[in-house]
Amino acid sequence: MTRDAIRDLILEIIEDIDEDADFDTLEADKPLRDQLDLDSMDFLDIVMELRKRHKLQIPEEDYPELATLDSCVNYLEPLLADA
Amino acid sequence: MNILNTRIVITGVGLAAPNADNLTEFRQKLLAGTSEITEIDLRYFGKAPAGICTFPETKYRKKKENKRGTRAGCLGVYCANEALADATLPIDHYDSSRIGVYIGLTEHGTVETENEVYNISQYDYNVDYWTHHHNPRTVLNNPAGEITMNLGITGPHYAIGAACAAGNASLIQGVQMLRLGEVDMALAGGISESTGSFGIFASFQAQGALGSADDPRKACRPFDLSRNGIVVSEGACIYVLERLDDALERGAKIYAEIVGYGMNSDARDFVLPYDKRQAECMELALAKAGLAPEDIDILNTHATGTKQGDIEECKAIRKVFANSKSTYINNSKSIIGHAMGAAGVLELAGNLPAFEDNLVHPTINVTDFDPECDLPNMVLQQPVKLDSVNTILNNSFGMVGINSVIIVKKMQ
Repeated sequence: MTRDAIRDLILEIIEDIDEDADFDTLEADKPLRDQLDLDSMDFLDIVMELRKRHKLQIPEEDYPELATLDSCVNYLEPLLADA
Repeated sequence: MNILNTRIVITGVGLAAPNADNLTEFRQKLLAGTSEITEIDLRYFGKAPAGICTFPETKYRKKKENKRGTRAGCLGVYCANEALADATLPIDHYDSSRIGVYIGLTEHGTVETENEVYNISQYDYNVDYWTHHHNPRTVLNNPAGEITMNLGITGPHYAIGAACAAGNASLIQGVQMLRLGEVDMALAGGISESTGSFGIFASFQAQGALGSADDPRKACRPFDLSRNGIVVSEGACIYVLERLDDALERGAKIYAEIVGYGMNSDARDFVLPYDKRQAECMELALAKAGLAPEDIDILNTHATGTKQGDIEECKAIRKVFANSKSTYINNSKSIIGHAMGAAGVLELAGNLPAFEDNLVHPTINVTDFDPECDLPNMVLQQPVKLDSVNTILNNSFGMVGINSVIIVKKMQ
């Protein structure tokens, strides 16, 4: 999966959680939680969706890697290389 | 002054019924006998008549929060906000730590658990796919808690489990907490999301107690010889309860005073009702209200449309009201189905406008009246106009032998 495709995947999952999420001004290197209406339960939703869609088991210690859109892409790129 | 004599009044009503999302519309449809019971298709179970509520689900909170929470929470948030709006009561009128939220539930968590088991069935029952939302969604205080989160209420919130007597039980809890001075305002009522559970339908069916008809609007037929069971409905109704003095001080519209209540247990059977205890429960409530049977103008029955349940309640009413020529008897479930934990409060709400219009709404779907249900002044098919309506008694009974009765009086 390309970096752009991973980015779109994350945004699609966030939109499923909150269809009112506004991505127009989203800065990819800033924490998602500071810019969107997301809390810890929502992040667990993202983890669950990645598990359901791509059979990814993300260990708890890696959750901080999902803090920003950029860090999500960096972290997921090798894991979704064959996806 | 004895605090137990503190007068408690209803000053706001918020509701979602299978045929209305506000009291005005609800009253109109009850008077017209307009049922909107429909047919739904349940996972595993198949088709069944049911009452489904249509209301503006995102009026008071975002879709995201509805998705996060439960259907019961969504119904509760809507009704709590509507009740406050109806009471013209800003949420900051009372100290938020002095507001109590008491919600009656027949059951809770069944829908969410069934959904989650189905979800993991899609993943070979691997519990790694079980949602982290399961516990906060299924704790029994969930619907009440969702209301407090939405309104910023920091006083107590909890659920009252009393099967289908739960709505009335929570109303009683609200009265008691106001009288004890534990809170200054209560949001009390009942909620049911049971139509989302195939198991509830299947269980009633297995018990031979699920109502049916070619036309779903005729599936709930209390007191009719052809009745064959319950129609499960979702629904919710929440009241604003205040002390009379506080309500008068702020110039509130007062729907009614809660003057009597009773609760007791059959101590006998898991599902079968018992007329003797139901009669005792009505007598308890009348004694607490200081009223005689003939002082009751409208008796709103619990009757769900089961063979034995309706007969048993009529026997109980006969025992207590045999000599009352002035009590008129009706049933709301024939029109809206059985909203379980919301039933008592929802049905009482639908009758409150009788204090203004002096009308008794009818029981519908009675074409072949069961003589075993015969009582004087049964209001069937058409509303009846009385000279005046000053008191209403609501019966609500539930499984495992729980009975509740509420009596309200018009403010003079």
